[in-house]
Amino acid sequence: MPSTQELRRRIRSVANTAKITRAMQMIAASKMRRAQDAVVAGRPYSEHINSVLSHLAAIERGSDDTSVQLLEARDVQMTGIVLITPDRGLAGGLVTNLTRTVERTIREIDSPVTVVAVGRKGRDFTLRTGNELKAVFQGIGDYPTVEDTRPISNMVIELFESAGVDRVLLAYSRFVNTVVQAPAIDTLIPVEPADLSADEAVGYIYEPDPITVLEKLLPRYIEMEVYHAILEAIASEHSARMVAMKNATDAANDLIEDLTLELNKARQEAITSEMLDIVGGVEALK
Amino acid sequence: MATFTLTIVTAERQVFSEEVDALVAPGIDGQLGILPNHAPLMTQLQPGEMTVRSGNDETVLVVTGGFMEVLNNRVTILADTAEMDSEIDLERAEAALQRAGGLVEDRPENVDLTRALQAFQRAQVRVGLARRRGRRRSAATPAVPGAPTPGI
Repeated sequence: MPSTQELRRRIRSVANTAKITRAMQMIAASKMRRAQDAVVAGRPYSEHINSVLSHLAAIERGSDDTSVQLLEARDVQMTGIVLITPDRGLAGGLVTNLTRTVERTIREIDSPVTVVAVGRKGRDFTLRTGNELKAVFQGIGDYPTVEDTRPISNMVIELFESAGVDRVLLAYSRFVNTVVQAPAIDTLIPVEPADLSADEAVGYIYEPDPITVLEKLLPRYIEMEVYHAILEAIASEHSARMVAMKNATDAANDLIEDLTLELNKARQEAITSEMLDIVGGVEALK
Repeated sequence: MATFTLTIVTAERQVFSEEVDALVAPGIDGQLGILPNHAPLMTQLQPGEMTVRSGNDETVLVVTGGFMEVLNNRVTILADTAEMDSEIDLERAEAALQRAGGLVEDRPENVDLTRALQAFQRAQVRVGLARRRGRRRSAATPAVPGAPTPGI
């Protein structure tokens, strides 16, 4: 049985760990709230751009002599995956869940794959599994702006337009709620606009003309999708970390309880044996 | 008098949402005036100033490009960025203008000229509005130091 001194030291050390994990839990909770707010704040834009895009795409489909590159599905010789992961660990099973899904997707894809990693964990995964790594974006931070994520969307648009890739997938952790983050893989390019129901169709006046507006709108749409996915990923990261840190704090507190019990037993035993010694000594003197 | 709903959103936030009487926006082919009961319209916007009138109040915003949709007395502006004039930081805008101007003049090889020009144009619009506001404000500021500045 460990000495009482040893036990005291361990209790102190575990209590310190619990303090740290508790602090990390609270930090993650506040960052998660901000990330969620950012997701909600971006929603009106995304709803509107979706409806505008549906209108324009309906016109594009109607006219046959025009083709807009970013809408065009072509033979897939090369697939690009934008893999959005955290830079940091200590987020429970979040990264593993996502990379497992991505691994499965890569196996199912017939074409070769090239990865654009956003976040350090995604880069590590790509290198570890021996997939082609096209680019790495790191240090996006906890509160990115569209300005911060634009280089990523510009790069994939450029890749698609130069025929470096024929399809771009977006892999990230979707924020379902505080305890559930689901791995998600969406098609980013070619863009697939939602179909327009007949009663929504409106004859707009377009300036300068529908196809030009569409061509200008699509990069914005892709930008917004990437930005949105990154916000979701950040919200997921912080909620996963919050839960992981809560579990760690709880486990540490349980451990402290067990150790305290053990300490009390050890202390009582020490007292008992000391008393026996004294009694024994007194007996011997008689 | 009839009004319409104006909503200005960027990818990051909703900047503005109110009932207004009139709007002048920088369309790609020139300034566009929007009044209530306008026909459905979808247009690209260029960097410029946007004037919103409701009653006797006039609000000026800067947009750096985007799209405008007019439908059923609802105007939605999908702006790349949008700022109320009170939000513009003149010093920062001037620094950005200088930087962009330098890029346009020197044309370093790794910089896309179109983009540099766009940045220059954006910075110009911001600085222009911020300077004018500065003049208005200093003219209206009472001589007593520390007295509250009237809002715009």
